[in-house]
Amino acid sequence: MKFIIAIIKPFKLDEVREALGAIGVAGMTVSEVKGFGRQKGQTEIYRGAEYSTNMLPKVKLEIAASDALAPQVVETIQEAASTDSIGDGKIFVFDLASATRIRTGETGDTAL
Amino acid sequence: MIRKLLYGGGALGASMFAATAAFAQDAAATAAPTVDKGDTAWMMTSTLLVLMMIVPGLALFYGGLARTKNMLSVMTQVGAVAALAMLVWVGWGYSEAFGDGGNALIAGFGKALLAGVTPTTTSATFTKGVAIPEYVFVCFQMTFAAITVALVLGSVVERMKFSAVMVFAVLWLTLAYFPIAHMVWGGNGLFFTKGALDFAGGTVVHINSGVAALVACLILGKRIGYGSEIMAPHSLAMTGIGTGLLWVGWFGFNAGSALEANGSAALAMMNTFVGTAAAGLAWMLAEKLAGHKPSALGFCSGIVAGLVAVTPAAGNSGPLGAIVLCFLTAFVCYFAVTKLKHMFGYDDALDTFGVHGVGGMCGAMGTGVVYSAALGGPAGESWIGMGAQLLVQGETVLTTIVWTAVATAISIYVAKAVTGLRVTSDVEREGLDLGEHGERAYNY
Repeated sequence: MKFIIAIIKPFKLDEVREALGAIGVAGMTVSEVKGFGRQKGQTEIYRGAEYSTNMLPKVKLEIAASDALAPQVVETIQEAASTDSIGDGKIFVFDLASATRIRTGETGDTAL
Repeated sequence: MIRKLLYGGGALGASMFAATAAFAQDAAATAAPTVDKGDTAWMMTSTLLVLMMIVPGLALFYGGLARTKNMLSVMTQVGAVAALAMLVWVGWGYSEAFGDGGNALIAGFGKALLAGVTPTTTSATFTKGVAIPEYVFVCFQMTFAAITVALVLGSVVERMKFSAVMVFAVLWLTLAYFPIAHMVWGGNGLFFTKGALDFAGGTVVHINSGVAALVACLILGKRIGYGSEIMAPHSLAMTGIGTGLLWVGWFGFNAGSALEANGSAALAMMNTFVGTAAAGLAWMLAEKLAGHKPSALGFCSGIVAGLVAVTPAAGNSGPLGAIVLCFLTAFVCYFAVTKLKHMFGYDDALDTFGVHGVGGMCGAMGTGVVYSAALGGPAGESWIGMGAQLLVQGETVLTTIVWTAVATAISIYVAKAVTGLRVTSDVEREGLDLGEHGERAYNY
């Protein structure tokens, strides 16, 4: 099993979710996060007080997938979240040691 | 409006002395004045409009400019000092400002606890023989005291103790507001007898609160992290709503200051529309010329700066004069807020001095110019003695600055001795909402 973390642009969330649904991803966790990479921040001015924000808002997806599905998940996110510009985000893949469905106690791929 | 009495065609004399509540009783004794129901209804309406400027107007305007963790403390401080001012007004404020007798600095205390004020007593207006019920005048002026002390708080929010705010409010009203209100509007007041022009309280309310705000924030010191941490307004949407409420409420403030529903009130209304509009656009233009984007906060700031500038000029200027005066004032206030404050490094948190103090001074001086009939003003003559008038206006402004600076320093130091003045650094970091009131503004 693989654990996939993807950081994407917030407005791409719906597109990514639909594309992942189409390839059979059954669930994911989404959070609103802030961070920085190569993309520059913004400058805000309030009555002459200038604040430059280096941290930009992004959306973080966390998805657990079977070894078979994982490469397809990464590819799908990459295609759906891309705008061909800096700040599109990154995808990280980890090995996942175990998964347990709380309601039934099932483990492994069947718990996903 | 005072000038109207001094120069008004044939109105000089009796009506000059019928100008304020101080002389209401005298007027009643000589010939029973007429109480017009239209005037009374308008003045009651105006009074409530000014209350709306405070809560929720100023509370939202200031609250939105503060950080999330201090939203409730700002709103609570504004509401609480306004409520306290109302009680103090009944206690001794009305008498100290508008009571009978007294001297050039304060009135007599014979009307403390509103002694002698009944539903049948009246206050004179600017028309001979026309009066309004004294209770209406007491209420109308009460809201002015309430908003002025609330305005001062703009510079000290996010770090001053709630208890200190309350102690300060009582002292400051007594030492600064009531005397200056008497000096400007009292029949025997220092500035009134010199012929200073202040239609709706540019000196009493705005220079007074603005200078007090500057002195108070200098004594209190900067907020922790000022200049290094982000202190962006937490909700400019709230500030925008507050701005709208202030603008609408200001018609009660300015047009109500005519004390009658008449042409003078109509002129004040006209100017409160167009002067304000000019200033809102001018501030955004100033931003654009400085190389920035025209901003929502800039628009709101310009609107308030315009309202401040038009206050003394409301019934003392023609519409074109008001437009020019407010347009120029917005540029001066923009400079004060964006450059002057940073040059000197004082932490006037919500820019009370930059907008109300500086804008009030521009308005007071400008009123001496735009009053002339040749410039569209309502003066009885085409050119008033402008040099002499500006001298009177300048004297009034300077005296007010010195008076309120001293009174504010005394009030703040006494509040410090009694309460400690400033919250602990832990409370300041965590926010005054939790630390001082035990609540959060937003629980998502």
